[in-house]
Amino acid sequence: MTSLLSASHVSVFRDGKTILSDVSLDVKERDFITIIGPNGAGKSMLLKCMMGFYAPSEGTVARKAGLKIGYVPQRLVADHTIPILTRRFLTLRKKADKAALAQVAGETAIENILDQPLHVLSGGELQRVLLARALLDNPELLVLDEPAQNLDVTGQLAFYKLLDRIYAERAVSILMVSHDLHLVMSSTKQVVCLYRHVCCSGEPHMVTRDPEFISLFGDDMARLMAVYNHDHHHAHDHEHDLPHSHDHDHAHDHPHPGGPHAG
Amino acid sequence: MPDEFILRALAAGIGVALIAGPLGCFVVWRRMAYFGDSLAHSALLGIALGLLYGININLGTVIVCTLFALLLVWLQHRRVLATDTLLGILAHAALSIGMVALSFLDNARFDLYSYLFGDILTVRFSDLYWIYGGGMVVIGLLVLNWSSLTLMTIHEDLARAEGVNTVWSNILLMLLMTIVVAVSIRIVGILLITSMLIIPAATARQLVTSPENMAIWAAILGLLAVLGGISGSIEFDTPSGPSIVTAAAVMFALFSVIGALRRRGVTIK
Repeated sequence: MTSLLSASHVSVFRDGKTILSDVSLDVKERDFITIIGPNGAGKSMLLKCMMGFYAPSEGTVARKAGLKIGYVPQRLVADHTIPILTRRFLTLRKKADKAALAQVAGETAIENILDQPLHVLSGGELQRVLLARALLDNPELLVLDEPAQNLDVTGQLAFYKLLDRIYAERAVSILMVSHDLHLVMSSTKQVVCLYRHVCCSGEPHMVTRDPEFISLFGDDMARLMAVYNHDHHHAHDHEHDLPHSHDHDHAHDHPHPGGPHAG
Repeated sequence: MPDEFILRALAAGIGVALIAGPLGCFVVWRRMAYFGDSLAHSALLGIALGLLYGININLGTVIVCTLFALLLVWLQHRRVLATDTLLGILAHAALSIGMVALSFLDNARFDLYSYLFGDILTVRFSDLYWIYGGGMVVIGLLVLNWSSLTLMTIHEDLARAEGVNTVWSNILLMLLMTIVVAVSIRIVGILLITSMLIIPAATARQLVTSPENMAIWAAILGLLAVLGGISGSIEFDTPSGPSIVTAAAVMFALFSVIGALRRRGVTIK
């Protein structure tokens, strides 16, 4: 498998503090990697370094030549002072034809908000618009920075479900920072637990048994995760490459990708 | 046939309005009004240097304002103080040093009032070259970088992720503002330059649903303000800058009232 984006031995020191210490991470084709960690663990900084927004103090970041990345930021504060319709925002700086736009809009369930001003959209709608924008170039890699951070629980579930489907239907790799480990457990293939350095890394159900994970998130979290994993493990004890559904026992069913936020 | 100086003033004012409107949209969107004010204050130092050393005043202003902008970027980068504090320090220091420097000149050589509030009588042909030359640079760079600048304004990291050099783009916006400040002094004066940037753009905001239309309407409204202001200035012998800004403010008030009424009409129904 070709490596798309990789950080090797990345360290960041700022104002005399160590933000990241010797972090290595390799994103390959069809990977679905979720970076978790407590606040201040350097998750965002690692993403910034990997996106090239910030030059690491030590170590290097390598990117496959010509790699197309779709970036979904944490949130978009759509300012009332900028008059712009969703459609125009999506195609700003992009050469997307009508068909491509319609296809992506259908995929992310934003057809009915294309002609609305950006600043009237709800949080869930904005996140889907950002996801749609990221998908317009047919990226090989989606990079998401806590994409559901500002949504309520139903919104979060709906967003991750949508992301799950996109991963299943498109030839795309995903690198995501997320707090909502319990929500992404079913789709993510690899969890990287970060606290300035990589504490542990591996398949979700393995990671939650790791003593480092337990010391970082506490016993309760580990036990909670173990429960989720238990079900998950039995339900899908095989590779996740097939576009089958990833319904959880604990997740309520959301037939519409947008959930109650649509429209 | 109106006097030649009036035609010159109109040509200058129209040029300033056409540049300031579109650039003003970014000033409104990116909340750079205070930056614009500070830049304009620092222009007085440029004028003083121009008069003291006999260099072109426009050139002196561009040089001082550019140094001001770069100094600000550098200080922002060091992240020791908040931007508004830095702006306050730099602007008032430049204004004061400019005033101190000007006091070394004998009074006959300059009229402070005309620099502060604009004076159409002082517009020369060489100023028109500056306005239209500088204007073409500003509009050209704005059009070329329009999508990138707009995307960066909506979300800086998103723009960066998609290959926009945001550091350069920020500096570009600042440099474009220094040009506008330098060429606007004769018409609206140092104290009122920011209003030429923000009032037409803010008025235009109430009429449009796309960023491009906001820029176009800001230019048109600025143009109307200049025509109204300069006519009033000639008619009533008032200083040109305040007359233009008064006209712009009247239009803003008018469209605000119309906008409010229209919104109310919608909610009643």
